Amino acid sequence: MKFGVVQFPGSNCDDDAHHAIGAVIGQPVEFIWHQSEQVSGFDAIILPGGFSYGDYLRTGALARFSPVMRAVDRFARAGGLVLGICNGFQILLEAGLLPGAMMRNQGLRFLCRQVHVRVENTDTPFTCRARAGQVLQIPIAHMEGNYFCDAATLSELERNGQIIFRYATPEGRVDERNREANPNGSLRAIAGISNRERNVVGLMPHPERAVELALGSADGLVIFRSMVESLTRRGAERVSA
Amino acid sequence: MATINTDIKVTPQIAAEHGLTAEEYARIQKILGRDPNFTELGVFSVMWSEHCSYKSSRVHLKRLPTTGPRVVQGPGENAGVVDIGDGLVAVFKIESHNHPSFVEPFQGAATGVGGILRDIFTMGARPIAVLDSLRFGPITSGAKAPESKAGQAARLKPCPDEPAAEELTRNRHILDGVVRGIGFYGNCFGVPTVGGEVMFEPCYANNPLVNALALGIARREELFFARAQGAGNPVIYAGAKTGRDGIHGASLLASAEFSEESQQKRPNVQVGDPFMEKLLLEACLEAMRTGAIVAIQDMGAAGLTSSSSEMASRGGLGIEIDLTRVPQRETAMTPYEMLLSESQERMLLVAERGREREVFEVFHKWGLDAVEIGRVTGDGLLRVLHDGRVAAEIPAHALAEEGPRYQRPMAAPKASATAPMRPEDFLREGADLTENFRRLLASPAIASKYWITEQYDSMVRTNTRRGPGAGDAAVLRLKGSKRALAIKTDGNGRWGFLAPRAGAMHAVAESARNVACTGARPIAATNCLNFGNPEKPEVMWQFSEAIDGIAEACRALETPITGGNVSFYNETLGKPIYPTPVLGVLGLLEDAECALGSAFCHEGDAIVLLDGGGASAGAESFSSSEYAKAIHGVVAGAPPAIDLAAEKRLIDCLVQLAGERAILSAHDVSDGGMAVTLAESCFDSEGFAADVDLGAQDAPAEAAVFGERGARAVVSLSPASLARVGAIAAQYGVKAQPIGRVTRGEFRIQYRGVPVIRGMIDSFRQAWSESLGKALGSA
Repeated sequence: MKFGVVQFPGSNCDDDAHHAIGAVIGQPVEFIWHQSEQVSGFDAIILPGGFSYGDYLRTGALARFSPVMRAVDRFARAGGLVLGICNGFQILLEAGLLPGAMMRNQGLRFLCRQVHVRVENTDTPFTCRARAGQVLQIPIAHMEGNYFCDAATLSELERNGQIIFRYATPEGRVDERNREANPNGSLRAIAGISNRERNVVGLMPHPERAVELALGSADGLVIFRSMVESLTRRGAERVSA
Repeated sequence: MATINTDIKVTPQIAAEHGLTAEEYARIQKILGRDPNFTELGVFSVMWSEHCSYKSSRVHLKRLPTTGPRVVQGPGENAGVVDIGDGLVAVFKIESHNHPSFVEPFQGAATGVGGILRDIFTMGARPIAVLDSLRFGPITSGAKAPESKAGQAARLKPCPDEPAAEELTRNRHILDGVVRGIGFYGNCFGVPTVGGEVMFEPCYANNPLVNALALGIARREELFFARAQGAGNPVIYAGAKTGRDGIHGASLLASAEFSEESQQKRPNVQVGDPFMEKLLLEACLEAMRTGAIVAIQDMGAAGLTSSSSEMASRGGLGIEIDLTRVPQRETAMTPYEMLLSESQERMLLVAERGREREVFEVFHKWGLDAVEIGRVTGDGLLRVLHDGRVAAEIPAHALAEEGPRYQRPMAAPKASATAPMRPEDFLREGADLTENFRRLLASPAIASKYWITEQYDSMVRTNTRRGPGAGDAAVLRLKGSKRALAIKTDGNGRWGFLAPRAGAMHAVAESARNVACTGARPIAATNCLNFGNPEKPEVMWQFSEAIDGIAEACRALETPITGGNVSFYNETLGKPIYPTPVLGVLGLLEDAECALGSAFCHEGDAIVLLDGGGASAGAESFSSSEYAKAIHGVVAGAPPAIDLAAEKRLIDCLVQLAGERAILSAHDVSDGGMAVTLAESCFDSEGFAADVDLGAQDAPAEAAVFGERGARAVVSLSPASLARVGAIAAQYGVKAQPIGRVTRGEFRIQYRGVPVIRGMIDSFRQAWSESLGKALGSA
């Protein structure tokens, strides 16, 4: 099993994702340079947070054109696990691997704080180790995290169980209009979604910042451990097949 | 050799317009043995500006202690360096960007952060944290006029009448721009902004202070210095292209007072691109690892001029550069403009001849320009070529090191800053202290700064163990090491104004005490000295006093100064700011697991006041307190007497208590006295309150509850540890007075057996947490 962390010019949570996977959960992990044209040999790809290409034009708008994203697109369509965190989520939206778009936070300010998200679907390779409705404390740090999509897309997301995380109170109550419970004003308090096949997930909170209690929370571990478990299961299935 | 370009004939008049005195101009003529040309005059004017040459401060700065067993590099390089064990060094420095932040708050603050970050990674260190000390004019209508008998007469001059609404709006606008600028730069660059402080005084309304500190980590053997070596080695320009922005930033913006026309200086403010800086960081660190780089310096103030002449001068060599080869983003730039441009995100490197390609490859990988623009020479000259002609030729050492040095006249003010006031002169009998406490908590200086700090990414790089508001100082773990670093900035301008020497000592002591409250031992310091016009004898006296105060305190607390910055001319329309030395103190925790926060941890825990000793209750200095200012509009008398031995005892005691895990939280007693300290330890906790009895002292209740003086900290501990903590405190000569316990619900302070403050903790928290957002929400 090998994780890959993509490095775009301006990625700045790449080291943190690498640390979380390598040093904390002890899985093999390597960086993938944005000019790579293939990602073979990797079992899961992480698009990390940061300001790829300086967020020029729009967040994620330039990164989607980098050579590595063509390879990530092929990887995702072949069923590979792709996790986009913060700017990585924004890139997945721009690349069309996930539906919808990001607007500026409702307060028009950058927000860095611990938030709570509720796990809405545990039947994904990213949440299979979580309990249904489990509340995770994971920090956010972004200026454009106000998720939006049209009504048709929203109902499709709902219907297919593609809404994976929603912002919530510490008790797990979702309240779209409450700025404490939905800090950036996201539609239906959406914090993270998947594609229809559920092998691509993007979320605004930073699970890689929540893997050690000494830094405030280890709730993000469940996401990475779910990925490891899913990949292990896939590997076992491949062997037995 | 081609001829010197003398298109514009330089006259003493033109020299004067460049801020050079007649004597300075004569000295330039003597150094060159001829008249300078126009370009050379420009170069001298920036290099000999106050900002670059420290001409007024250097004779005083010599009095600061700069050495110690951990100091690897003291002042004189891009940043200070201290050994922190495990083969690692901490690289840190603080710098001001005051004037640009007034003229253009967003870009001024952003490039202030960018500049200090470059100073850190120029030395081969990866930045791991930024802190900011900010000072603004009032953002809310302030305290009522004192209603005591002596009040009107003693009302302080620099604390003018209620500011007009438009002034408040403008101050809020400046704050908003500065905060956005700091966030814009640090968030994108990917360095956590982990702390700092914000204060408000009328004197900063037209001259806000933006002091940014950056901290980085490197392996000791991987440090880089800005010292050119090897004649014939190539000089390489890397990073952003040169434009016309920031020309004369150092000389016109940073080295002159402001007037009504200051807004016209907006073109002198640089424009920042944190994305470019992030690329530059990664490219520089990677290029350094090739081993092909000999020396490196960022192009900050005075850009190409200072980086080339300083690198040459430190190496005892010369540098020749050809401006035609400099990457440019505008056309038809003159040598004058290119040499004085302060375009951001640029580096000058000296590489090993024959290995330039390795360096170019790394920069090109990161999509950056890197071109050879010249070479190191043995003749000691900074020679600048342009279009095949010599545009300037000046001895590098003369530019970098032989600038003027002034022993400027000093004079203590004729009368002391203000007449001292006794508490009974302005306190009223029967005042409702609970109500006053609520107002104090909501005053901008005391109120929660969360509205500001949540706009900064305080967690990126996943090292932040204690971020903004979580402890007295920020605590950063070191991956791969058991140790952690603590860091804090502090400075009280009001006290500096009332008594510059004591105020400066308090700034050192409070930063160090804050660091010790996390359990870290203070090991080194950096300072940012913000003062008025040094040509005024009273300002120079304030400066000299402050230096003596810092020197004495840093010696006593064993925190040598490893670098920093002097910012003079913080005056607008002839009115100086309060003398405001800001100290950044770095501390080392041997075991990151022992790091303490300031919040109470469990209901029923004992609350103990640790007191290093010294002066008793703050009655005689009460008129200089935050409470006196915020509630009674009084700024008078002198700051509390400071006892450095007591500070040292308390620091040593706190480090020991934390190391032995005998206490669970620690918070120093500072602005707002005991009442605010206790409340803050509740606010940051999981809903706890406190019930304490301060006993009886020889002071009015208000002075006992809100009075300020050094060498005190409030700690909490399990009741079972009381005897042990008492014994450890006794070993250090520190008084440990149990004053109460951690509770839930009601917050209560008793004095002389009578409750003087009581109320539900949630209501106090609300006053404290909402006020800044309310004031600034619409900024």
